[in-house]
Amino acid sequence: MQKLSLTISSQTPLTHNCLRLVLSGSGLPQIAPGQFVQLGIPGKYLRRPISVCGAAQDSLTLIYKIVGEGTKILSGMLPGQELEALLPLGRGFSADACKDSALLLGGGLGAAPLRFLCESLLSKGRKVSVILGFNEAADVTLLEDYRALGVEPVIVTLDGSAGLKGFVTDAPIPAHDFFYTCGPLPMMRAVCSALGGPGELSMEERMGCGAGFCYGCTIQTRKGPARVCADGPVFSKEDIIW
Amino acid sequence: MVKDLTTKLCGITLKNPVIPASGTFGFGLELAGDMDLGVLGGISLKGTTLEPRLGNPTPRIAECSAGMLNSVGLQNPGVRALVEEKVPALRKIYDGCIIANISGFSPEEYESCCRIADGCPGIDIIELNISCPNVHGGGMAFGTSAKAAAGATAAARRAVSRKPLFVKLSPNVSDIVEIARACEDAGADGLTLVNTFLGMRIDIFKRRPILANGTGGLSGPAIFPVALRMVHQVSRACGIPVMGCGGVASAEDVVEMMMAGASAVQVGAENLRNPFVCPEIVAALPGLMEKLGIQSLTEIIGCV
Repeated sequence: MQKLSLTISSQTPLTHNCLRLVLSGSGLPQIAPGQFVQLGIPGKYLRRPISVCGAAQDSLTLIYKIVGEGTKILSGMLPGQELEALLPLGRGFSADACKDSALLLGGGLGAAPLRFLCESLLSKGRKVSVILGFNEAADVTLLEDYRALGVEPVIVTLDGSAGLKGFVTDAPIPAHDFFYTCGPLPMMRAVCSALGGPGELSMEERMGCGAGFCYGCTIQTRKGPARVCADGPVFSKEDIIW
Repeated sequence: MVKDLTTKLCGITLKNPVIPASGTFGFGLELAGDMDLGVLGGISLKGTTLEPRLGNPTPRIAECSAGMLNSVGLQNPGVRALVEEKVPALRKIYDGCIIANISGFSPEEYESCCRIADGCPGIDIIELNISCPNVHGGGMAFGTSAKAAAGATAAARRAVSRKPLFVKLSPNVSDIVEIARACEDAGADGLTLVNTFLGMRIDIFKRRPILANGTGGLSGPAIFPVALRMVHQVSRACGIPVMGCGGVASAEDVVEMMMAGASAVQVGAENLRNPFVCPEIVAALPGLMEKLGIQSLTEIIGCV
């Protein structure tokens, strides 16, 4: 874990409440799909944990949704302004667990860390299918990012205003030997019970330190108490007690 | 001239007064890969009980202006894991002052737990936690009456014979001096003050407390002036050393706490927003001492 000052390169609205934040800085440590950063927000005491959508040598792309005061302040920040970040944090996805074909199932902004994973899996020569679920057409995002990787995600919306109607589990399930999911808890629970094979999911919890030493985000798992920030956020499907 | 950052707690020399507070630095091991622990004067380990505890349900963390609330609820692996695994592992990589923070739910439990910790050679100081606001029927219940505080201290005193015994006080009292004196009279070698202030936040959309436990302990810069005032009062009223704690976030805060009477200073919530704050404070102290005309930190203890 390092503490770095990063500069906002750009900040672009993606939907009515989601933004793409590109941060740049020299000497960025390597970060893996499923890991996250803790961003310091001016005027807010605790940092905000945000997943990583993509990383290059000197830049990081984060996708976030405005959910409270902290992300509201962040959304008003301009290119050139600096943010202090802790990174890399957490245990990411096990890309090597997939031997041939991966299935990625995202709910809402769960699509963001899965895009990073998708890129990594493709570079390892794996076949990747993607199903993304959203509430409605206005929330659909990151399609172009997946298309840029040569993947056409299946879109599902709760109200049927875009793609198929229903939940991600209502879409036809492509053949796969390992699945990865990130999204709201009820959605991931449905995914884990609908799919028989092995898989991983990315959990979310209110965090304190984000680095495993305050024990503020502990959940009970089949392997005992686990810190979402440091033992996760990615957990094996079998470890989760629903 | 090279500045003297050393300080003393009951005959134990610390290389500097900066100590991560219990509960805000795990067992030290969690951060060993991220920084040189060796620069820290001491480390107060996560609050430990006789038996392992899972802690409270989540959310355990809530934010507020100038601070935060926590209701972790003493999640810990139990005192046997502390003395058999955690402390020996930390001792291997850290030569500073290791402080074991011990909590309990009855005087007998405090005594048993302290006896096990007292027998652990890697532990330098035992810090009796009679002030955790996040557990029911224990912790703070002992720290909010002079009689109960004295009872817990006396029980621990029966078990602790090889190391200094500090008692960590709760600020959620009407007269902290009365409690501090009761602990001193019951045999405490030193005092740590203060623990967190009992607080609450409500999610106005959901119409329920943000913390699953309902309430939690407030820490962070919001509590610094109150903690400082209590350190000032207690260090004047008692004849035993005080570790100051509460909202400390900078080298300036450390100097302020020492001027108020603290012999060493614990840094708590600030670690959660900046895990590197303790090494940063240690690095900043000599420059600040130069600016203030201080040669040795011990010369300012209780100067105000």
